[in-house]
Amino acid sequence: MSAIPQAPALTAQQFKSDVKPVWCPGCGDYTVLSSITKALAILAVTPENVAIVSGIGCSSRIPAYTTCYGFHGVHGRALAAATGLKVARPELTVIAAGGDGDGYSIGGNHFLHACRRNVDITYIVMDNRVYGMTKGQPSPTTEPDWDSKLSPHGTGLREFHPLVIALASGANFIARASSSDPNGTAELIAQAVRHPGFSFIEVLSPCVTFRPEQRAWKEAVRPAPVAPTDDPARAARRLMTDDGFNLGVLYAGRRKPYRPDIGKGTRRVAELETEFTL
Amino acid sequence: MSAKKTARKKKPAGVPARVTRKGAAKRPAAKRAASGAPPKSTARRAPRRTAPYSDFMIQAYVMESDARDRYTEFADQMEVHNNVAVARLFRRLARIEGLHAEKIMKEMGWRTPPAPTLGWIWGHADAPESVPVTELHYLMQPYHALELALQCEQRAASFFSGIARSIAPVEVKRIAIEMAKDEREHVRLIKDWLKKVEKPAPGWDRDPDPPYQAE
Repeated sequence: MSAIPQAPALTAQQFKSDVKPVWCPGCGDYTVLSSITKALAILAVTPENVAIVSGIGCSSRIPAYTTCYGFHGVHGRALAAATGLKVARPELTVIAAGGDGDGYSIGGNHFLHACRRNVDITYIVMDNRVYGMTKGQPSPTTEPDWDSKLSPHGTGLREFHPLVIALASGANFIARASSSDPNGTAELIAQAVRHPGFSFIEVLSPCVTFRPEQRAWKEAVRPAPVAPTDDPARAARRLMTDDGFNLGVLYAGRRKPYRPDIGKGTRRVAELETEFTL
Repeated sequence: MSAKKTARKKKPAGVPARVTRKGAAKRPAAKRAASGAPPKSTARRAPRRTAPYSDFMIQAYVMESDARDRYTEFADQMEVHNNVAVARLFRRLARIEGLHAEKIMKEMGWRTPPAPTLGWIWGHADAPESVPVTELHYLMQPYHALELALQCEQRAASFFSGIARSIAPVEVKRIAIEMAKDEREHVRLIKDWLKKVEKPAPGWDRDPDPPYQAE
C-alpha cells in the first residue's frame, strides 16, 4: 500500500476565516485571535479537528473568525458545551473562549466545576474587567474603586481572583498572558493545549472603549520571574501575592484528566428516540 | 556611522559637502568603466552563515513579518469601520514590511518562512517594528497612522543599533549595522511623508453619535 501523502502544516493565516472581526479598533481581542491561530499552526492541527466554543460577549465572537468548527453558545455556558463535546469526541482539540463577565459571573459555577472535573480542554478568558458589549458595566474582575457613569464611585466590591479560584478548584494548568505579547500568548496557548486536563489561560486584553487606561497594561506586564511549579501550595502562595501582571505558566499540575468511557453505553439515536415516543 | 559622516571623511578640502557626495558616488564607477573593469556590485557582501547569524536573521524576519501582519490587521479593522484612507495607508505599510521580510527570505535562501521565534525575545512584549494594537482609533487619520509607523521605525533602528553595540559576533554586528542604517533611512522617508500629510485639527476624535456610548 502506498503511503498517504502528508498534508503540509497550515499557516496561522489559514486558520483565519473570511469574516472580519467587528471589535473596536485597538481592542486586545484582535491579537488574542492572532495568538490562537498562531498556536494552532504551531500545534500542526487541522481546522476540522479543532472546535472553538464560546458564550456571549465581545470576545465570544471569536469562533466565527477562525476556520475551525465553532459553537457560539449561550451566555456563561461555553464550558458546559465544551465539556460535553470533549467527552463525546475525545479526539478533537477543544478550546473554550470568552470574556470575564461570561466566564466568571454568569458562567462562574461552570468555571468551578470545569476546573474540578479536569476534562482535557483549554479555556481562554480575555479579561478586560468590564462588560464591553453591553456598554461598560463592572464585571466580577473590575476593581472596587473603578468610577464610571454606570458605577459612580466604584462598586466597592472585592474583585474575583480567577487564577486562585482555578487552582483551588483543581485546574491542571494555569497561565497568564497579555494581548500585547501575541507571540508569547501563542506559545502559552500551544502549551496549554498540549498539557493534559483542564488548562486555563487568563489573557489581559484591554477594552480601549470603556477602559482606555488599560492601554498602560503593555508597560506593566513582564515575564514571571519564577519557573512553573507543579506544587499547588507553592502556586497558591505565588498567586496570592501576585500583582496580576506576571506572564507565563504559573502552575502545571499532574492530575489525571477525566475521561469517561462512554463508548460501551452509546446507543443509536433511533434507539434513544423510542424512549421518548408517547 | 551615519552616511553624512562617511561622506565627510571622503571630502577633499575646499569642496562643498553636497558636490562631494554626488561626485564621490559617481567618480569611482566612472573610473572602473573607463578601465574596462566590471562594475562593482552594490549587493551586501556575503556574510559567514554562522548559527548566531542565522538566529539573528530569523529574529529580523519575524520582526518584519510581524509588522506586515499587524498592519494588515489594522487595514482590515479600518475597512470594517469604513475609514478608507487609513485602511489604504496601513495596507501600503503592510506591503512595504512584506517586501522587507521577502528580502530577508531571499538573502537567506529560505524557501519557506522560518519557524517563528516565540516568547519574550524583544526585551518588550511586542516586536519593535509592530504598532501596539491598543493605539488605534476608529476616527484616526493618515497623519496618526504615519506617526505610529515612525515610532516603529525608530524603535527598529534603535533595536538594531543596540545589537551592533552589543557583544554579538562580528558577522551579526555587521548586518545589524546595515539594518540599523536601513531603518534610519525609513525614519527619514516617513518624516518626509508626514510633511506632505495634513495635520489633524483639534477634536478630530469627536463623534456626535459615537457607536459605543456609556449611558
